[in-house]
Amino acid sequence: MSDLDAFRAETRAWLEANCPADMREPIRGDDDVCWGGRNCQFKSEGQRLWLERMGAKGWTVPEWPAEYGGGGLSRAEARVLAEEMKRIKARSPLSSFGIWMLGPALLKYGNEAQKKEHLPRIARGEIRWCQGYSEPGAGSDLASLRTSAEDMGDHYLVNGSKVWTSYADKADWIFCLVRTDPAAPKHLGISFLLFDMASPGVSTSPIKLISGSSPFCQTFFDNVKVPKENLMGTAGKGWEIAKYLLTHERDMIGGSDSTGGGQRDSVSNIAKRLIGLDAAILADTALRTDIARHEINALAFSLTMERVMAETKSGQGTGALSSMLKYYGTELNKERMQLLMSIRGSDGLTWEGEEKGDGDLARSWLRSRANSIEGGTSEVQLNIIAKRVLDLPGA
Amino acid sequence: MPLILTDDQLMIRDSADGFFNSEAPVAQHRALRDAADPVGFNRDVWAKMAEMGFTGVLVPEAHGGADMGHVAAGIIMEAMGKNLSAAPMLSTAVLGATALKHGTPEQQAKYLPLIAQGAHLLALAADEAARHKPAHIATTATPSGNGFKLNGSKGFVLDGAAADTLIVAARTSGDTNDSAGITLFLVNPKADGVKIDRRSMVDSRGTARVTLNDVQVDGADVLGSVGEGHAILEKVLDAGRACLAAEMLGLSGTAFTMTVDYLKQREQFGQKIGSFQALQHRAAHLFCEVELARSATLKALQALDEGSDRAPMYVSLAKAKAGEVAILATNEGVQMHGGIGMTDEYDIGFFMKRARAAQETFGDAAFHSDRIARTLGY
Repeated sequence: MSDLDAFRAETRAWLEANCPADMREPIRGDDDVCWGGRNCQFKSEGQRLWLERMGAKGWTVPEWPAEYGGGGLSRAEARVLAEEMKRIKARSPLSSFGIWMLGPALLKYGNEAQKKEHLPRIARGEIRWCQGYSEPGAGSDLASLRTSAEDMGDHYLVNGSKVWTSYADKADWIFCLVRTDPAAPKHLGISFLLFDMASPGVSTSPIKLISGSSPFCQTFFDNVKVPKENLMGTAGKGWEIAKYLLTHERDMIGGSDSTGGGQRDSVSNIAKRLIGLDAAILADTALRTDIARHEINALAFSLTMERVMAETKSGQGTGALSSMLKYYGTELNKERMQLLMSIRGSDGLTWEGEEKGDGDLARSWLRSRANSIEGGTSEVQLNIIAKRVLDLPGA
Repeated sequence: MPLILTDDQLMIRDSADGFFNSEAPVAQHRALRDAADPVGFNRDVWAKMAEMGFTGVLVPEAHGGADMGHVAAGIIMEAMGKNLSAAPMLSTAVLGATALKHGTPEQQAKYLPLIAQGAHLLALAADEAARHKPAHIATTATPSGNGFKLNGSKGFVLDGAAADTLIVAARTSGDTNDSAGITLFLVNPKADGVKIDRRSMVDSRGTARVTLNDVQVDGADVLGSVGEGHAILEKVLDAGRACLAAEMLGLSGTAFTMTVDYLKQREQFGQKIGSFQALQHRAAHLFCEVELARSATLKALQALDEGSDRAPMYVSLAKAKAGEVAILATNEGVQMHGGIGMTDEYDIGFFMKRARAAQETFGDAAFHSDRIARTLGY
């Protein structure tokens, strides 16, 4: 038995023994997703235990080093863990911007004290993070941000406002882009600060979206004191960290779906169930053509994700592809949601109803429209490809 | 199998790119077109392709081939697509070799070594409908003597005018659109009753109309079993479709590169036109589309090498996606070149013509979308 086979056997046994039964059921709604944090309201004892057990093994972040609370697994072992979790349909124990976004940047740019302080707490789901990037006046042109952090000797004094801070009202800490040098060129005056959302002077206000839900907030900073040791990397070099982190965010959004995780059913399977077949052909032939075209692109896209990963692993990588994956993946997801709305017809337009789940599709469709805006719009991704991959001249 | 080229395949790619770049560049395609060459390719290049092992890429080693598999065949076709190199690679080395692997030991021993040596050309005479429809075979094969008598007409036979042997699909039973009852025959184009008319096509490739009038064939010239030719034909077509996807991927890549280069040179309104966002976004989108076509094509070729049950689905995915992208890349190429793109003197138009022909060959994107939907049960 190879080491990997032995690891698989151990992992399988451990998961069987430790994954609570209700954590093997499909995710039905937003409240089934565990985000951790100081004020986490666990939906069930199973959810709490699952996070505690996985966090203790570092398997919420299988490939992070064990010294920082990670699982210390190799890429191959992490794949085995993912496969074994999928086999028993185990839910992800923790959804976390700390894991997806801040963690990789902390590992690369954080100092030892910062890594030791923050990474284990992220891994165990003890601290929930939010992202302070966009501002009311700085969207696609993020580098024009104006939230200021004035050097007061032993601390920075932060003033300004961030927008689209996901779950800021529920987050414990924020990683935040601030301007430390107002005189420097716009990309060079930016720094990357970490601070506690419980600090005096921080307030949040939810933003209601077209989908009716409000995962986003506007966040205000009024003379917030942030200790100097909370600066990550070098003052004035925050833009480099911001870009590195955005690459991870893009990969996350490009490869994600807005329907709440788990295995997605294909558009054609859903169409077959709801519309039915006529002589082995989807009963709506015009829609069938649109669905087939979408599925060709979806298949070719997932093969491209597979190829890009294989190329990166083997060193054949063409590089700068995260913009392509973000652009194409989000456009495809929007198209998928529109097709699902078409398949459902007028029933998909239900907003509030007697049945549980009424309005879910419409909300997911509306939410998906943001996919190609957040994390850099599709147009910004095309700009990046034109500039970095195609080397086209600047306008 | 990881979805990347192996080290051996990377070497084949480098040697194929180098070979076609120097031996059969676009300038040669232009010269053949200008000369209205009767076969539409250069026989010296074909001989050198045999020396390189390209012609025997799908021929087993036991029959003198290099037996490198479909991924390698696709790599060669992609390199040909990049340079618009004309050669009977598809008709003989892909379609012919795949068909003959279903032949009797005698047929294999006779033809496969000749294919590997580049000494014998084959052409598939199957399609009859102008829009690809593999089961639509009205050509008849009626029992006669110790074999059959063939009657019918094939409108779009690739390399039909150059072929030494035709692989003819004819109906031994059933109705015109039945998949059962089709039989494949090896036919000598010089036999009595065979008429070959070269057609001048938009892509300047050597294509012929083949008319069969009481052509007598021997029982020993049946390829595969009588009445069961459709299954072989599907395998032959799938190998061809995947390789056409690879060719279209190659020509899309060159059309794209030519276009991006042009955007960096051409100045209007006092600046490079590549600095205009309206064009940058179209070029960036096209880049993504070519990447998707590349993934789908490689997957199809790998699935054929693995003998996967899902190979037909992946082949249709590749043919549909690469076809759509080739049309997009060449349409955008001509548009972004502006007026010069419309001139015969400039090469981009050749790519558009070849893209159209390759897209139509063995099923366009619409045909393969339908095939994928059927495979997935809708």
